[in-house]
Amino acid sequence: MRFPQALIPTPLRRPPAPGEKAPGDGGGPIDRAKDAPADMVGWVDERTGATGFVTGMLFRKVPKGTNWFYTLGSATLFAFVIQAITGVFLAMYYTPSPTEAYDSVTHLTNDVFLGEFVRGMHKWGATVMIILIFLHMSRTFFFGAYKYPRELNWVIGVVLLILTLVMGLTGYLLPFDQRSYWATVVANNITATGPVVGPYLADFLRAGPEVGATTVQRFYAIHMLLVPGLIIALIGAHLYLVVKLGTTAPPWLRGETKPKSLRTEEV
Amino acid sequence: MADAADNKRDDGSPPRPDPPGYFEGESMTRRKAFTVAAQALGGVAGAAVVLPAVGFALAPVLDEEETIWQPIGAAGDFDPESYKPAIITIVQDIGETGKTTAYVRRGNPEFDEAPDEFIAVSNRCAHAGCPVRFVEAAGNFICPCHGGVYDFQGKVIGGPPVRPLDRFQTRVQNGQVEVGPRYSVTSQLDPVRARDPGEFTGGIWEYIYPPRPSVPPPP
Repeated sequence: MRFPQALIPTPLRRPPAPGEKAPGDGGGPIDRAKDAPADMVGWVDERTGATGFVTGMLFRKVPKGTNWFYTLGSATLFAFVIQAITGVFLAMYYTPSPTEAYDSVTHLTNDVFLGEFVRGMHKWGATVMIILIFLHMSRTFFFGAYKYPRELNWVIGVVLLILTLVMGLTGYLLPFDQRSYWATVVANNITATGPVVGPYLADFLRAGPEVGATTVQRFYAIHMLLVPGLIIALIGAHLYLVVKLGTTAPPWLRGETKPKSLRTEEV
Repeated sequence: MADAADNKRDDGSPPRPDPPGYFEGESMTRRKAFTVAAQALGGVAGAAVVLPAVGFALAPVLDEEETIWQPIGAAGDFDPESYKPAIITIVQDIGETGKTTAYVRRGNPEFDEAPDEFIAVSNRCAHAGCPVRFVEAAGNFICPCHGGVYDFQGKVIGGPPVRPLDRFQTRVQNGQVEVGPRYSVTSQLDPVRARDPGEFTGGIWEYIYPPRPSVPPPP
């Protein structure tokens, strides 16, 4: 065991195997330093078995004909990660209150160092994410990749699309300028036109009969806690199914029928 | 010994012994009873957390609205032929966001209204809730968003709105006109309880779009 023993608490140290040198014996300090990264990975792997999972995920077989269109899903994931990161930093300056929201957004845009850039990433990244989702969805549709056994992944993807649109709707209110205010008023009123449950749903969104004191907080909580949590969970399920079921070959590749794979059955 | 069929094994080996605690005539095994009990307890514990949280989020739906009467000017300031805009506060303590506009005029005998009553029309469009404006030259209310047009009384004469403009209750106190809670009207201008924009009023629509429980009854 050439992992720097000093870093491992005694109870966690692996006892030397029979015939193995006691820790700290072999090689000079430079040799041991060189082996440290590999040993560190080994230490974690021995306790989690993670390498099997990671290699299975990263080094899985892909069909012939896999091309650039297959990167759209990863691109969408990357867009989401950017939204999450920039969102966390925007939250450090944002105040969700009807009287202070607009001022806090102007402050973070105009006064905070690189604020305009971070907010721009979040604002334009939102649009990019929606576009990427639709491109990814089109790829799946036109390549027939939604068919058996991948229907459930299509369903999860549609739920993710809806959740992303909810993110767009709730995030739109947060700058609290005239445009976001009236867009939210209209969106709430459209919600209210659903028969029977519509009026109650709108009341739930607005937290009352009018856009009021806690509407911004409510949208903020939905935007940064509720929906992102759901999205992360569903992305996990989406990726799990991608890894488990594998990807499809593009439709223009004919299936190769190897003689070996055919068998006759006598009836 | 339990029913022989229960303990029989498929491979023909001797029957399973009775589980511990078995007694003649039991309707449920001990294991099953514990499974059900544990799941029931888990359900109760889950409900104890989820129900308050849901109630917490839904509470504003049932909140009673405070009836606030706001003075908007002397009775003599208003005339029956044209509207005067008045800025009123419908949500307290949130600054500009809580304000809206009422267009106020005196009752006009031409429309079967008493000359001593006051008509306060909300500027909230009955289509999607955008702010309409009274255009003096046309004598109409016009919405900037999707082209809704209302006549002098607030009845729809063009565009997508589904019902006339809402109104506010009015009263006169010490010579001051005061504006009170909002109410909606049917296409015949009969008062009904306030609805959100985009919701039809009158007839069966009263059931399809139920009013908020806390909304005060119309005048």
